[in-house]
Amino acid sequence: MTPRTAPGTDAPGTDAPDTDAEPGAVPEAGAVPPASGALVQVDGLTVDFPVGGGTVRAVDGLSFRLEAGGALGIVGESGSGKSTVAQALLGLHRGTGARLGGTVRVDGTDVGAASVRELRALRGATAAMVFQDPLSSLDPYLAVGAQIAEVQRAHDPRLSRRAARRRAVAVLDRVGVPDAARRARSRPHEFSGGQRQRVLIAMALACAPRVIVADEPTTALDVTVQAQILDLLHEVRTETGTGLLLVSHDLGVVAGSVDDMLVMRHGRVVERGPVARVLGAPAEPYTRELLAAVPRVETPRRRPPDLRKRAGAGTGGTRADGPLLEAVGVRREFGRGRDRTVAVDDVSLTVAAGETLGVVGESGSGKTTLGRMLVRLLAPTRGTVRYDGRALTGVRGDVQMVFQDPVSSLNPRRSVGESVADPLRAAGTLTDAEVTRRVRELLERVGLDPDAYHRYPHEFSGGQRQRVGIARALAPEPRLIVCDEPVSALDVTTQAQILELLARLQGELGLALVLIAHDLAVVRQVSDRVAVMRRGVVVEEGPVDTVYDAPRDPYTRALLAAVPVLDPVEAAARRAARRGATAEHAPG
Amino acid sequence: MNALLSGARFTAKRLVGAALVLLVLSVALYSLFYLLPGDPARLACGERCDPSQVAQVRERLGLDEPVHAQYAHFLQGLFTGRDYSAGTSVRHCAAPCLGLSHQNDQPVSTLIVEGFPATLSLAVGAMTLCLLLGVGTGLLSALRRGGITERVLTVLTLAGTGTPVFLLGLLLLMVVCAYLRWLPFPSYVPLAEDPEQWAWNMLLPWLTLGLFESAKYARLTRASTLEVLAEDHIRTFRAYGVGERAVVARHALRGALPPVIALGALDLGTMLGGAMITESLFGLPGLGRLLIGSVRDVDLPVVVGVVLVIGTAVVVANAVADVLHALADRRVLPS
Repeated sequence: MTPRTAPGTDAPGTDAPDTDAEPGAVPEAGAVPPASGALVQVDGLTVDFPVGGGTVRAVDGLSFRLEAGGALGIVGESGSGKSTVAQALLGLHRGTGARLGGTVRVDGTDVGAASVRELRALRGATAAMVFQDPLSSLDPYLAVGAQIAEVQRAHDPRLSRRAARRRAVAVLDRVGVPDAARRARSRPHEFSGGQRQRVLIAMALACAPRVIVADEPTTALDVTVQAQILDLLHEVRTETGTGLLLVSHDLGVVAGSVDDMLVMRHGRVVERGPVARVLGAPAEPYTRELLAAVPRVETPRRRPPDLRKRAGAGTGGTRADGPLLEAVGVRREFGRGRDRTVAVDDVSLTVAAGETLGVVGESGSGKTTLGRMLVRLLAPTRGTVRYDGRALTGVRGDVQMVFQDPVSSLNPRRSVGESVADPLRAAGTLTDAEVTRRVRELLERVGLDPDAYHRYPHEFSGGQRQRVGIARALAPEPRLIVCDEPVSALDVTTQAQILELLARLQGELGLALVLIAHDLAVVRQVSDRVAVMRRGVVVEEGPVDTVYDAPRDPYTRALLAAVPVLDPVEAAARRAARRGATAEHAPG
Repeated sequence: MNALLSGARFTAKRLVGAALVLLVLSVALYSLFYLLPGDPARLACGERCDPSQVAQVRERLGLDEPVHAQYAHFLQGLFTGRDYSAGTSVRHCAAPCLGLSHQNDQPVSTLIVEGFPATLSLAVGAMTLCLLLGVGTGLLSALRRGGITERVLTVLTLAGTGTPVFLLGLLLLMVVCAYLRWLPFPSYVPLAEDPEQWAWNMLLPWLTLGLFESAKYARLTRASTLEVLAEDHIRTFRAYGVGERAVVARHALRGALPPVIALGALDLGTMLGGAMITESLFGLPGLGRLLIGSVRDVDLPVVVGVVLVIGTAVVVANAVADVLHALADRRVLPS
């Protein structure tokens, strides 16, 4: 499908300006008459990055406007140019070697033509940015209050140090940091992820900007914390009338937080319009494709029900009725003495041959530690893991693992074929020619070109690398694979393809899967049973539809309620429900 | 309050660690006596001693005792002083007693105390110069990255790292004292005697050692500044309109300096043990010269004493640097 520029066929009432035209037809900077009233006006923006000898066009003729107090979402997959647009609004490309074309006006300032002084006045005071990773985005050495105060004093040098500190405490209090006066003296590492993101939002609010540019503000956060942060942004917007430009890869995040949205692909706008219209009745095939790929937490699994029977029949040697893999009261501790933490505490699980067990939980819930114990990469401190009725004492070929990050879990200095061949060579039963033939088979089985054998990991996309990881796990002919966040690093369309591949392999080979994920929707789409983990303990376990449709544990209910939904009306209703629910609790 | 407590605990832990390292060092050094070929008593007595004199020396220095007892006496001497007695003559060696020099029978501690002012003068002056120069050029070349300034500075620092210190010192001596005659050939004047003369005479040694050492600080500062400048939090403050100067001074330097401080502490410790080549070159009566002389004369108590002092200086300087680092970056402290 060829990428398209914003078509003139938008539904009525969208924010597409008349000046929206093909790139190249846009007049040079300064020639465009300032649009009346628009807080942000972008016309024919192009951004080229120098790469090697040539350039790569990250943004290609983008135009949009955002009215004062409005909220616009920009969504797209990785490489679509959405973050580049956000940075261009603040002129952050200056001095980086990137070449910009077209005009960007923010509150009357022409960002491309502005002097360094004008640009500095704009940044923070008129347009404030909220970054993705709140830990690395704050200075680790300084107290957060001092950092916020510094930003205020940069814009108002007459402000005394003391007054700036007082105001910093006030904004921290405003964004819901408890005990703000004391916490203002804490350093970033002393906060939780969600609290840190609140601190960054406090910094954004410090100079009362006219627009907040939030670039993936919740991507690094757990789903319940994500909901709180999005609620906060919404609250800030309704109370202060600040405009919001929200950049995200997550359609659900955008659905509940903005009025209008742009769908970007390859640096161009594919579709734009009010959120309800774009998500409810997408006009463009690409938007439909994106929407179709988003896993839905409310939809039951689409899976032929006879698969498991077939799988069970296909594998010989299973002890009758017994589970394939069984964890009995496993516990894992890390550290010693005062530093000791319990990552997994007394967890018992079973996985039958051919079935999929989903394990969901937020960061720190112990799900990865549990997964590693299931394949015996980690020894349990207490309890046992039994495979086919016998206690596992070490890693074995029958139980394999697929890792989260396909970049760092493949050796960059070995060809992918060699990586897949490693487990076969380790077994030592095949000749070299047989190994090569088998690796080519495996690569083909996971949907890669068998001739990819001699290529290196960096030559592959994220999805392809994950396919290599799966091929490697398949090599010793396992009967169970533990997949630890296999798709969390991937775009939704790629994610859907990988999940499909796993389902197909499961059907063909009769594999049992343990799927560990933080994404509740992903888990629902592929699991037969699900276990919900929190703080090292399984709080609820059962058939997937029972757990999702009638959760018993309050934590499961909270998790499910926090999942972003694609319907803006439903999102607003849930937000109201959450506000009611948290009214009696302290935010956090 | 809690932070203060964990800070105090951290400091205490570091100091205990330093003490343990020193203990291990002292054992290793003491073994030198026994690992080296030759009889320590004969070494102590000298070439022309007859066996009865050697026996007398052996008794006097306690070399006839078992090894562990000798080490215990050595440790005890460090804290309480000890007496060396043979027959009727008693020689007292006062509290940090490191033994007596074989060469002139003086307490080693006295020799070290005599040599220390010159070494301290050289170390502090050279280190100050080196940090100013090294951090300054490193920072400048990081900020002017890709420009002509950076290229010139890179060449200069490369030349600096590549020039041996004795060559640099000789060149300076030749040009400044012999050819241009801006300064007389340096000769050490104690600070207490005449501060002005002290400074003038120390100038060339400071320059020699400071220039030589500054090159690696320039490279380290440049690398670590560039690393910090690429971090996300620097982008945050730029995106909030904080001026470039404040971004560098308040945020980049704070992150870039800890490795520089750590290296500085290590080097300062080494220099406090005597910069041997520089001291010899400029005739400074410091620990470095003392060490070279004692090694040449196989004056084991002096060698052990001076090396122990160097070790102490390095270990203490490191512990101090660790505590400073923890003060700057609280993440280092266990929560």
